Amino acid sequence: MGAAIAARNQGPALHRPRRRRFNHLPYALITPASLAIFGILAFPLGMLVYLSLQHYGLRELFLHQGTWVGLDNFRTILADPLFQQVVVRSLVFTVANVALTLILSTLIALLMLKVSRPIRTILMGGLVFVWATPVIVAIDIWQWMFDYEFGVINYLLTQIHAGNFIHHNWFDNPFQGFIVITVVVVWGAIPFVTITLFAALLQVPDDVLEAAEIDGAKPWQTFWNVTVPILKPIFLIVISLSTIWDFQVFNQVYVMLNQRPSSDYFVIAVYSYRESFGITQYGLGAAIAVVMVLILIVVTFFYVRQTLQTAEIGA
Amino acid sequence: MIAPGTAHQGVRVGRGRTETRAGYRINLRGRTGRILADITGLAVFAVMAFPLYWMIATAFKPGRDILSLTPKWIPAPITLQNFQDAIERPFFFDDVKNSLFVVGGTVLISLALAFLAAVAVARFGFKGRTAFIILIIGVQMVPLNALIIPLYLMLDQVGQTDSLPGVIAVYLAVVLPFMIWTLRGFVANVPVELEEAAMIDGCTRVEAFLRVVFPLIGPGLVATAIFGFIQAWNEYIIAYVLLASPENQTLTVWLASFTTNHGPQWGPLMAAATLTGLPVVAFFLILQRWLAGGLTAGAVKG
Repeated sequence: MGAAIAARNQGPALHRPRRRRFNHLPYALITPASLAIFGILAFPLGMLVYLSLQHYGLRELFLHQGTWVGLDNFRTILADPLFQQVVVRSLVFTVANVALTLILSTLIALLMLKVSRPIRTILMGGLVFVWATPVIVAIDIWQWMFDYEFGVINYLLTQIHAGNFIHHNWFDNPFQGFIVITVVVVWGAIPFVTITLFAALLQVPDDVLEAAEIDGAKPWQTFWNVTVPILKPIFLIVISLSTIWDFQVFNQVYVMLNQRPSSDYFVIAVYSYRESFGITQYGLGAAIAVVMVLILIVVTFFYVRQTLQTAEIGA
Repeated sequence: MIAPGTAHQGVRVGRGRTETRAGYRINLRGRTGRILADITGLAVFAVMAFPLYWMIATAFKPGRDILSLTPKWIPAPITLQNFQDAIERPFFFDDVKNSLFVVGGTVLISLALAFLAAVAVARFGFKGRTAFIILIIGVQMVPLNALIIPLYLMLDQVGQTDSLPGVIAVYLAVVLPFMIWTLRGFVANVPVELEEAAMIDGCTRVEAFLRVVFPLIGPGLVATAIFGFIQAWNEYIIAYVLLASPENQTLTVWLASFTTNHGPQWGPLMAAATLTGLPVVAFFLILQRWLAGGLTAGAVKG
């Protein structure tokens, strides 16, 4: 237990709180880290908002100075039908990916409770390897597997008579392209979520489960009425994290489409990138990013509150 | 009852329980259920692991076996030609060097900063402590992809685009919050009495820390260092935006540009992907137990 807590709860410090000198040491200790975090994350976040209120194109980039335009950028993007499409697409994509990740991970975590020991070790090993795979590597692998000419997926789908997939190009049709992207995202996300849920499942007290079964609850009822409520904090944390990651998805779209995605594939992070670095409208790009941050702030608030409660620090 | 970050404990507790749970299930369901579960488990493993197998298998196949309409499931004969082609691609060694420099810089600096901050949070009750904790938890959620524009323009103004120190600075801020949070748990687990004993024996507070606490949190330092390594090694978009010239780029950027420049050459590409993933996998295997427990330890009260 930390000294801070110990001191507060137990002892000597409680009797003489006023006589203690002001202690500079902890502030000195957190200053370097705070500066780095503030300078690189918090300050740019402020600057992002500031940029979103400016016209900042090539000329401004050259002069290092934007022109103030108020809310013009926001008016522009809100009136832009492509932007509305992109936001809706991102939201749908996020919901689908988070739901798929969660359902599959929960099933695998439950399965891991039931399998025998060697199988659990093998399964865990597989998950860890997938977890460790760098995103860019994963994208390359799936690109190869979904290759229209020699890809193993087209071969297998044709073999099991799911249809004629010979020379089928998945990226001709954006909907099918997004299926591939979803596969890559969910495949990459499953290990973390599964292992987290599995670790949490192990902490569900056996006596509670036993009691439910003695009372005649079916396994499904036990899971829904006993396990899920106990694991609710973990589910909430995992859902907020997945939402944050999937809503700002960039690599899996941008690199998957060989760094030249057509506008049918724009999700919000790709659109923001494209406006800023593709057509050098940094103000517009910033405004789009601000919208992304605003949507995510809601989720973040939820996450921070839950983590603090879980850690029993804010309480 | 303490918090996440006491991850190593959480996982150990978990392992103890696994066995009771397993035994209890056998009585309940019998043998058939178990065998069915095992088969499903193997099937899930096959689906999850196949892409990785396919990457490695492809990397060792000669070209004619890769470009065949009926896939060759097992690479025979095997060849190292793809690996040779991959590392002979321009800028491979430059970019490996850059990646190592960025990773090394990020890990060393962030470890020092995170250790100091973790000590402050774990050992001192000070005004603003809760605010600091909220900051480090909240800041992890800032969508990095949204910050690329201001980061690029900031670094552009001070002439640090296309330079590795600029990238290191960004990575520092990205890995620090998690590192502080994790190390905090490790420091908090070292009994204060040990330090006090050292101080009674004549150590100053700082000496007590360096001689007593520092060695005891070794595993925590290793875990956070590996975390920093993986993050910095894998990162793509910041490096892609900030580093313009190919001789200044990192390995992930090199790998991502593999397809675009010359069209897909699957053999060398898979060899390159294998090479890029290898160090991460090695380190990740060590780190995994700390990551897994981090979120869940203490979250469920028994």
